[in-house]
Amino acid sequence: MAKSKSLTKPVEELSYEEALAELEGIVESLEDGQSQLEDAMNLFERGQALVTHCSALLESAQLKVQKLAGESLSAFEEESE
Amino acid sequence: MQPTLFSSIHLTVSQLTFRIRKLLEGDLEMQDVWVEGEISNLSRPNSGHIYFTLKDKNASLRCMMWKPDAARLRVNLQDGMAVEAHGRITVYEPQGQYQLAVNLIQPKGEGALYQEFLRLKAMLEAEGLFDLDRKRPIPELPRKIGIVTSQTGAALRDMLNTLRRRLPLAQVVLAPSPVQGMDAPPALVNALAAINKHNPDVILLARGGGSIEDLWAFNDERVVRAVADSKAPVICGVGHETDFTLCDFAADLRAPTPTAAAELATQTTIQDLQDILASCSSRISSLTLNLLAEQKASASALAARLKYVSPDRRIQSEYQHLDELSRRAFSALTHRIQLQASTMEGISKRLQSLNPEGVLSRGYAIITRKEDGMVISKVAQARGEMKVRVSDGEFAAIVNRE
Repeated sequence: MAKSKSLTKPVEELSYEEALAELEGIVESLEDGQSQLEDAMNLFERGQALVTHCSALLESAQLKVQKLAGESLSAFEEESE
Repeated sequence: MQPTLFSSIHLTVSQLTFRIRKLLEGDLEMQDVWVEGEISNLSRPNSGHIYFTLKDKNASLRCMMWKPDAARLRVNLQDGMAVEAHGRITVYEPQGQYQLAVNLIQPKGEGALYQEFLRLKAMLEAEGLFDLDRKRPIPELPRKIGIVTSQTGAALRDMLNTLRRRLPLAQVVLAPSPVQGMDAPPALVNALAAINKHNPDVILLARGGGSIEDLWAFNDERVVRAVADSKAPVICGVGHETDFTLCDFAADLRAPTPTAAAELATQTTIQDLQDILASCSSRISSLTLNLLAEQKASASALAARLKYVSPDRRIQSEYQHLDELSRRAFSALTHRIQLQASTMEGISKRLQSLNPEGVLSRGYAIITRKEDGMVISKVAQARGEMKVRVSDGEFAAIVNRE
């Protein structure tokens, strides 16, 4: 399977984009209906874990703002009103 | 000069005023004129028309602006403001006054700026800097968003709030730069170059609203070229809806305001992402359920076929065969037994008929000699005492040969 490489990586270590890309791959694999039942069940479980992971990432996302000073980046503090 | 009683011109006030009106309103130059001066006696009655006086050191000019033109006015007129007003000279006969009917007002100096704007625009356009095929697509889901704007303006706050609301997943790199004044153009050019080194997916070049002079840095040739040369696509959001700068033309996408620029940079919002997740989730669930249902269906189809070919069926038919055989065996046996029974009966009857006792009952008698017990079957054998046996017993008899 094409996804076998990323399947070995724990879900928690995936970035949002990686997780979403893998999730879309899983949907496609399931859609073409060629998987063995056991594979399909594994895909399903992996997919559910990816969904949970992505949701958690979205829930906790906070805009990260950095300021460029010369060549270097530093956290940007907004003036509070 | 002495009045001439018989002067050749002798008019009523109306006639004279009409002559003056024809004179002024017939002068084509007076009908399309720019007048420069300072606004005073500004009045905005409920009618929607605007009345004011334009003056300079030595003279003043009554001006009025009809409601439709006044509604299109994009500068906020104030007493003391130096402006250039465009219009035509008319005469208001009842008051005997001439006035400028204004249809356009711009802050003083804007005319020259506008000419420069047009010249630069034509030049850069001819170079192909604004060509549509130069425009790059804006990524739908940017990971890194560059912002070039003033660190202190409301524009930055508006954009960050918008990004925070729509796509908090993003990372923002801010390259602060002054956005007006002499220093602004080179600083903006540097900021664009610096931010491109961090490979943002998209750059927001923005500034809040202001006068055309305030926005002028965004018409600076150096800045416009820097926008066109940017590695990352640029969304330009400068001023308000009605403000167009050359950076807008050079940018890959023009936004009417800084907030709109932030919105255009985040075409996919966190809400969309959540929707995508939800649909992925329900799709994998339903696909898996379908798969399970299919597997179950084909399993039970197989089970049905298996049942059809199963040995059970043969065993059953064997049983049936056995039953059949057993039934046939039983009936054959019964038949034989009956046959035997009736044979036996016949034999028994025949035996019965051979029983000598039976003959006695029909009146025959068995006679034996008493001396030796011989059964008498001939006359010669009879002598002496005899025993006669009849059906119900025997009695003695004596042979009488006399």
